[in-house]
Amino acid sequence: MTDVSACFHCGDPCEADAIVFDEKNFCCNGCKIVFEIFSENDLSGYYDLQNFPGASPKEMEGKYDFLDNTAIAEKLLEFNDGGTQIITLYIPHIHCSSCIWVLENLNKLDRNIKASQVDFPKKTVRVTFNSEGISLKQLACLMGKIGYAPYISLDDFQTEKIKKDRSIIYKLGIAGFAFGNVMFLSFPEYFEVNEFWLDQYKTTFRWLMFAFSLPVFFYSASGYFIAAFKGLRANILNIDVPLALGILVLFVRSTVEIIFDIGSGFFDSLTGLVFFLLLGKYFQQKTYGFLSFERDYKSYFPIAVTRINKNGREEAVQVNEIKKADRLLIRNDELIPVDAILLKGKARIDYSFVTGEIEPVEKESGEKIFAGGKQVSGSIEVETLKPVSQSYLTQLWSNQVFDSNKENSFTSLTNTISKYFTISILSIAASATTYWLFVQPALAMNVFTAILIIACPCALAMSAPFALGNMLRIFGKLKFYVKNDQAIERLAKADTLIFDKTGTITANNKSLVTYEGITLNKAEKSLLKSTLRTSGHPLSRILYTHLNGCELVKLSDVEEVVGQGIQAKFNDQNIKIGSASFVNARNIQNNLQTAVHIRLNEEYKGSFLFQNEYREGLSELFKELAPEYQLAILSGDNNGEAANLKKILPLKTSVLFQQTPEEKLNYIRQLQQEGHRVVMVGDGLNDAGALKQSDVGIAISENVNVFSPACDAILEAGKFKELHNYIKVAKGTMTVIKMSIAISFLYNIVGLYFAVTGQLSPVVAAILMPLSSISVVIFTTLMTNILSRKLN
Amino acid sequence: MYNNSIPMSVIYLLLTISIVIAVFFFVVFILSVKSGQFDDTYTPSVRMLFDDELVKEKDQIQKTTSKNKEE
Repeated sequence: MTDVSACFHCGDPCEADAIVFDEKNFCCNGCKIVFEIFSENDLSGYYDLQNFPGASPKEMEGKYDFLDNTAIAEKLLEFNDGGTQIITLYIPHIHCSSCIWVLENLNKLDRNIKASQVDFPKKTVRVTFNSEGISLKQLACLMGKIGYAPYISLDDFQTEKIKKDRSIIYKLGIAGFAFGNVMFLSFPEYFEVNEFWLDQYKTTFRWLMFAFSLPVFFYSASGYFIAAFKGLRANILNIDVPLALGILVLFVRSTVEIIFDIGSGFFDSLTGLVFFLLLGKYFQQKTYGFLSFERDYKSYFPIAVTRINKNGREEAVQVNEIKKADRLLIRNDELIPVDAILLKGKARIDYSFVTGEIEPVEKESGEKIFAGGKQVSGSIEVETLKPVSQSYLTQLWSNQVFDSNKENSFTSLTNTISKYFTISILSIAASATTYWLFVQPALAMNVFTAILIIACPCALAMSAPFALGNMLRIFGKLKFYVKNDQAIERLAKADTLIFDKTGTITANNKSLVTYEGITLNKAEKSLLKSTLRTSGHPLSRILYTHLNGCELVKLSDVEEVVGQGIQAKFNDQNIKIGSASFVNARNIQNNLQTAVHIRLNEEYKGSFLFQNEYREGLSELFKELAPEYQLAILSGDNNGEAANLKKILPLKTSVLFQQTPEEKLNYIRQLQQEGHRVVMVGDGLNDAGALKQSDVGIAISENVNVFSPACDAILEAGKFKELHNYIKVAKGTMTVIKMSIAISFLYNIVGLYFAVTGQLSPVVAAILMPLSSISVVIFTTLMTNILSRKLN
Repeated sequence: MYNNSIPMSVIYLLLTISIVIAVFFFVVFILSVKSGQFDDTYTPSVRMLFDDELVKEKDQIQKTTSKNKEE
C-alpha cells in the first residue's frame, strides 16, 4: 500500500498522484485551488479551527446561469435597493466552525461583499453585497468555487416569505415577568399578620398585581381560550377546556376579591400557572433548523432550467413556465424537471431520489424520461411531454391526502383523559356547591370557584409536553429526528409496519460485490484499481473501495467512454473495464444482474457482479417485530428479489412488487380503514404519498442534510436496526406519562380537599400549583432519561 | 402625622423605582426577541471565539513581516 495521506483541504484519502503544494497533500486540483484562494486572501485561519474542513468544489459551468434572469433573482432576494442586495442562501456543506469563519469572512474574497452572517443550525448564510460590483450569479459561483455551493431549489421560489412566529417567546417572557413580580408583591400577605403597615399598603400591592396579570390573562393565556373555544365548537372536551376555565375563574374571582376587599386574590397562582404551562409548550417544540418535515418535490426540483429557443439559443427559464414541446438542455448533474423524450446525447439517469435505486438507468435517444431523475453523464437535450405539475411523479401531490392534516384527526392521551377529568370536576363542583348552599350559602360561591381553581389541570397538562419533549431531544441525539411530540404518541400506538424496498431496507452505498471468472493476481488487481480511480461512475467507486489493499500504479492513456467503460494502458498492458459490449465479452450468462466486465490485453478475465445489500440487522429487526406487528414490504421494482427476500424475512411478511406510488398510498389507506395504525418506512419521492397517508411516516436517510420527503420522522440509515428499540421507548414514554398523570391526580385530590371544605387560601394554592408542576417535570425528565438508557 | 408620611412616601418611591427597572428589562427583552436574538442560539457562541483567532493571525503576520525585514 502506498502512503495514504489525507487531503489537507477535505480529508479524503489522496493516493498515488497526490498533488503536493506548499508541503501539503491535496486529493484533487479543486481542493488545491480552494487552498490557494484561501492562502492568497489571508483566510488560512480556516484550517486552524478544524482539521479537513473543506469540500472539493464541483463543476458548476452554467449551474447558476438562471440567477442572471432578473425575474428569478428578484424573487430570491430579500432586499434590493440602490445597488445593495441581501440574500439568504442555503449551504448544505456548513458543518463546522471553520465553515462559519470562512463564510463570515467572505468580504476578504471580494470587497463588494459587505457582510455575511451564518445561521449554523439552519445552514444558511445571509449575504449583503454591492450588486454593482458583484452579481448574484458571481456570488453563487464564488461560493461554489470555495466548496460552499449554495443550494437553490424551486421551494425558494415563493411569493411570500414565511414570517417567523416568535409569539411563544413573547408569551413566555411576559408570563415569567409577571409571575416574578406578582410573587414579590403577594409575599407579605402570605403570613397574614395584621400589621399596621401591611394594612396601609395592601390595596396598592393588590392593584399592582392586578395590573401585572392583565397582559398574562389577555395575551399569554389567549392560546388556551382559543383552543378551548375551538374544542367546544367541535364538541370535544380537550385539555384546554378545564385549563381555560381555571384561568378564567382565577382571574374573575381574584378581581372580585380585590374590588370588594375580601382577600388578596390568586394572581400569583394565575401568573404562575400560565408561566408553567407555556414553559411546557415551549419545551415541547423541538425544532431541527436544518431539517424540514414538510418537503415536497419543490425543495428538490431546480428553480430554472436551460431552454433552447427556436433560434437555437440558450435561455434560463423558470421551471413552472416550461410548456409542452419545449426543448431543454440538461447539463451534467442537473435534474430533469419534466417528463420528456430524449432527443440528443447519451442519458444516464440517476433516479435515486425517486426510487432509492442508486444504479443509474441508461436511455437512448427517442426514449421517455421521467421527471425527478438526475442526468449523470454529460449534457443531453430533451423535449418536454408534460409540464412540471402534470408529470408522473409530481401529480402524486395532487392527491387529497396532501391537504389533510394528521395532527387534527388524532386524539392524544391527554385529551382523552381530559374528557373524563372535566366531567368529574364539574360534577364535584356542582355537588359541593349544592351542599354548601344548604349548609352555609355564603360559602357556596367560594367553594365553587375554589374547586375550579384547584382542579385546573396544570400538572396533568404538563406531563405529556415534558415527557415527549424530552424524548424528542433524546431521539434527536440518537439520529432519529421526530417532527413533533404527537408523532411519538402515534408511533407508540402503531400495530402495522410497512417498508419500502429499494433504499429503505437495502443500503444505498453498500453493494455486495462478487467476482466470477479467472482469478486476478496482485499486479492485475492493482492495475484494475488504478484504472477505476480515474472514474467517477458509481459502480467504479464501489468496486474501487471493494479492492482495498492494492498498490496504485501510474497509468497512461486513460480514456473513459461515457456510459460504456474505461480503458487504460500501463507499460505494455492494456486494460478495458465496462459493459459486456465494451469489452467484447461473448456468451455472458447473466443479463439480469448488474455487472462490470474486465478484459486484460486480449484476454477476457471475468466480471464483478453487484447485488443490492440489505441493511445490517434487517433480518433480526423483522424477527423481533414479527410477533407484535403486522409487516409488509411494498416495492416499486420487479419481483426479481422475491426469493431472496423470502429467505431472510419472517414468513408472515407480505411482499408486494411493482407498486406505483398511488398503489402504495391506497394499500395503507385500506389497512387504516380496517382499523390498523400504520407506520410507513420509506425513502424516496415515490413513497411521499404513503408516508403522508400513514399514521407515522418515517423517512430513512443516508445523509439527513440532503433530502427526504415530507414525513413525521427522519431516521438516519445507520440506525435502521434500532427501529424496534425506538418504538419500544416510545411506548415506554406513554407509560411514563400515565404515571405522571397519576401523580398530578394525587395533588388534585389534596387540593380538592381544601377546596370542598371551603378552606382554600391563596397560600395553599400558591404552594400546591408550582409544587405539582415541578414534581411532574422532575419525574418525567428522570423517567424518560432512564428509559433512554436502553438505547445506545 | 409627620412620622407616618415619611416612610410611606419611601415605599411608594421604592415601588416606582423597582417597577421602572423591571419594566426597563422587560422592554429590553422584547426588543431582543424582536431583533432575532432568539432565532439562532448556536452560531453566536462559535462566532465569539473567532475574535481571538483573528488577533492571533494578525500577530503572526506581523511577526513574519518583521522577520523578513531583518533578513
